[in-house]
Amino acid sequence: MELNAKIPSGPIAEKWDNHRFEMKLVNPANKRKYEVIIVGSGLAGASAAATMGELGYRVKVFTYHDSPRRAHSIAAQGGINAAKNYQNDGDSVFRLFYDTVKGGDFRSREANVYRLAQISLNIIDQAVAQGVPFAREYGGLLANRSFGGAQVSRTFYARGQTGQQLLLGAYQALERQVAAGTVAVDTRSEMLDVVVVDGVARGIVTRDMLTGEIRSHVADAVVLATGGYSNVFFLSTNAKACNVTATWRAHRRGAGFANPCYTQIHPTCIPPSGDYQSKLTLMSESLRNDGRIWVPKKEGDTRPASQIPESERDYYLERLYPSFGNLTPRDIASRRAKEMVDAGHGVGERSNGVFLDFSHAIERLGADAISERYGNLFAMYEKITGEDPYKRPMRIYPAPHYTMGGLWVDYDLMSTVPGLFVIGEANFSDHGANRLGASALMQGLADGYFVIPMTIGNYLARVKPGGLDTGHAAFADVERDVKGRMERLLAGNGSRTVDSFHIELGRIMWNACGMARSEEGLKDALQKIPELREQYWKEVNVPGSGDTLNQSLEKAGRVADFMEFAEVMCWDALTRDESAGAHYRVEHTTDEGEAKRDDEHFAHAAVWEFKGVGEKPERHTEPLEFENVQLSQRSYK
Amino acid sequence: MRLTLHVWRQATPRDAGRFETFDAPDVSEHMSFLELLDVINERITENGGEPIAFEHDCREGICGSCGMVINGRPHGPQDLTTACQLHMRQFRDGQEVWIEPWRAEAFPVIKDLVVDRSAFDRIIQSGGYISVRTGSAPDGNAVPVPKVFADEAFDAATCIGCGACVAACPNASAMLFTSAKVAHLGLLPQGQTERWDRVLGMVETHDEEGFGNCTNHGACENACPKGISVDYIARLNRDLVKATLRARPVGAKDA
Repeated sequence: MELNAKIPSGPIAEKWDNHRFEMKLVNPANKRKYEVIIVGSGLAGASAAATMGELGYRVKVFTYHDSPRRAHSIAAQGGINAAKNYQNDGDSVFRLFYDTVKGGDFRSREANVYRLAQISLNIIDQAVAQGVPFAREYGGLLANRSFGGAQVSRTFYARGQTGQQLLLGAYQALERQVAAGTVAVDTRSEMLDVVVVDGVARGIVTRDMLTGEIRSHVADAVVLATGGYSNVFFLSTNAKACNVTATWRAHRRGAGFANPCYTQIHPTCIPPSGDYQSKLTLMSESLRNDGRIWVPKKEGDTRPASQIPESERDYYLERLYPSFGNLTPRDIASRRAKEMVDAGHGVGERSNGVFLDFSHAIERLGADAISERYGNLFAMYEKITGEDPYKRPMRIYPAPHYTMGGLWVDYDLMSTVPGLFVIGEANFSDHGANRLGASALMQGLADGYFVIPMTIGNYLARVKPGGLDTGHAAFADVERDVKGRMERLLAGNGSRTVDSFHIELGRIMWNACGMARSEEGLKDALQKIPELREQYWKEVNVPGSGDTLNQSLEKAGRVADFMEFAEVMCWDALTRDESAGAHYRVEHTTDEGEAKRDDEHFAHAAVWEFKGVGEKPERHTEPLEFENVQLSQRSYK
Repeated sequence: MRLTLHVWRQATPRDAGRFETFDAPDVSEHMSFLELLDVINERITENGGEPIAFEHDCREGICGSCGMVINGRPHGPQDLTTACQLHMRQFRDGQEVWIEPWRAEAFPVIKDLVVDRSAFDRIIQSGGYISVRTGSAPDGNAVPVPKVFADEAFDAATCIGCGACVAACPNASAMLFTSAKVAHLGLLPQGQTERWDRVLGMVETHDEEGFGNCTNHGACENACPKGISVDYIARLNRDLVKATLRARPVGAKDA
């Protein structure tokens, strides 16, 4: 597997400009001859489709939702970063770049991150012009707030619904192109495989979720914008349908999977309340601006918060990290919360959380100001828990939230399979070993609006359009594979439900490959996963038939892929014998209990090549070179 | 608590459909309504049946996927709450619960509680956007927007497209949905250029899709999980009158 990142030459600030000049262009009259498939309609997919449609390409979008607007980007709460420096507090493109590389614990590619910081400026302009109702000050100008891992206020937000508003902006731009006839959207259509012809991605195979029909679609390039794989843990903050199928199937067809062990555990989620728990709900990190995190100093203290005097509270983040306090990056805040709960300081009925307390902020600013900032989050918290956060502190605990790992891509966002591009959370590119808050929306939109519409031209300009239809044998082969899998899932008449297996897999992964990982635990998981997978194919019970809407069958296919994917995640975590950002190996900690990197041996992206189900995948590396940022032990003290 | 559930089962769009009754013997008050359905579905599957089909995804009240009429009310008994955010503490031991899909001609039932809401996408396609080519936008702070307009536009923009307004309306009108988008964009300086075409185009498609007219019942506002106000419908009507009285703008479908 060849890993050539194709990073443009020149000083970092000029790379993107130089590259844009050097790239080949497709003549405007020729663009309509090219057909591009985009899978996924979240921020990355919708913005890419809208922009490429505008440019004149013929675009086909596939989503398993009933409407592109349902994509999980909609649930992002807190905000989107941009180096606008509207607050005049010392922000710059270089500072956003620096913060992102440092926040990622020096495991991302400098050139990509710098480009992201540059483009952040255009995203805000674009979104405002589309009518995205960002928060504003009384003078009518855009407001900002601060977020974890940064000491400037560069986060733009729309109450606690920033993802919703940005996605609706992209969705509306997409629907405008549908009306214009440049983009076709195929809803309730799930991609189940990629078709590679002579080593080049030339299409996909989908299942119509209403009729069960398996269909082939041909194109000149395929773009995956299919999000992350946090649901490998079963319980996560992701929407229920989020899955690894698209990227996993592409991996099986030759796309390298980079850093699958980099999974982010978000510190502020509502702790689970019972065994029926179906997902975990995130409470935006922005709450840490005004909320203070604490636990009772005494172990096993069950008194209500109001009866615990100040002197018996441990505001542990403020104590351990005086300069960043409650705004330490996510990986650190999560780990510390776990330590507190493990040490017996957990709060709530099940002692499975820490307090996030707004009483000081309410005293200082008044309940109205707090409601203005977080009203919808407070309301959501109260609905879920039955507790009023204006009167008593919230209870929070970390939960799987975002995956930094993903398919490996070069500077042009192309995977190791020519013609297969990967954007947004589905790729591995910009966040290293840990993503900073408010950077996911930034990356999804940067990739979709501003990067892929340019770089895909650089690829298409070198290939002849068309010349292939779905009658080609490669499509028939893939269709046969897909049908075979569906039939096999339906044929079993085992006794266990899909969910029961998913829950079991999630438990193995959370214990072995969650917030703390050890050699022993990972080796154990690598034994258990193949056993569970074997059991799954024997004992799973998928009711109903394949030719109607069958939600059990949809789930069964996704869980089958998680069962295969889980192994490479554990291999990656086991082989990365260091701690870095969200990847925390208990064997590698500093004296102060922080993640301890090993730059000598692991300053690289690990890229896995598929060798067959149950076979050990092959590990390749892309060395990471840091020319503009000094490698250092992260400090937020 | 123990509940009795009566759930609408309909195998295909053409099937007549009927209620099926389920006993739910040990319901925790901390469960969400959809988690209750999960538990029922696990049991149905274990007993060899086919689980109840219902739409859901984020389970945080923001994606707009879930939607069902619970005891005669879209999204159930709690104000400003989607079905996924409805928790069982809103019910009492021994209660009977009737669960049905959205019922409207423009939202045909696909299976059980799942309906086809693609008409909403087509309404958006008819003008629910601001035409701005990627890369052509001025600086974000070039056009200040008075906070009061920004806030009002935001309130309208919080619509999640779930369709509860249609399910609640005796006329099955989608005017609340349509007006929320017309108001969101029409209140902002960026949305002025296309303001009149937008309202004409969206209302025309709304009617073509088979949604009924608004006759000011206000049931939509009561059912809306995001609390979107019927005032936006009044606003839409004012814009519609103005737009209709102007010369027929270029771009309207029958121009």
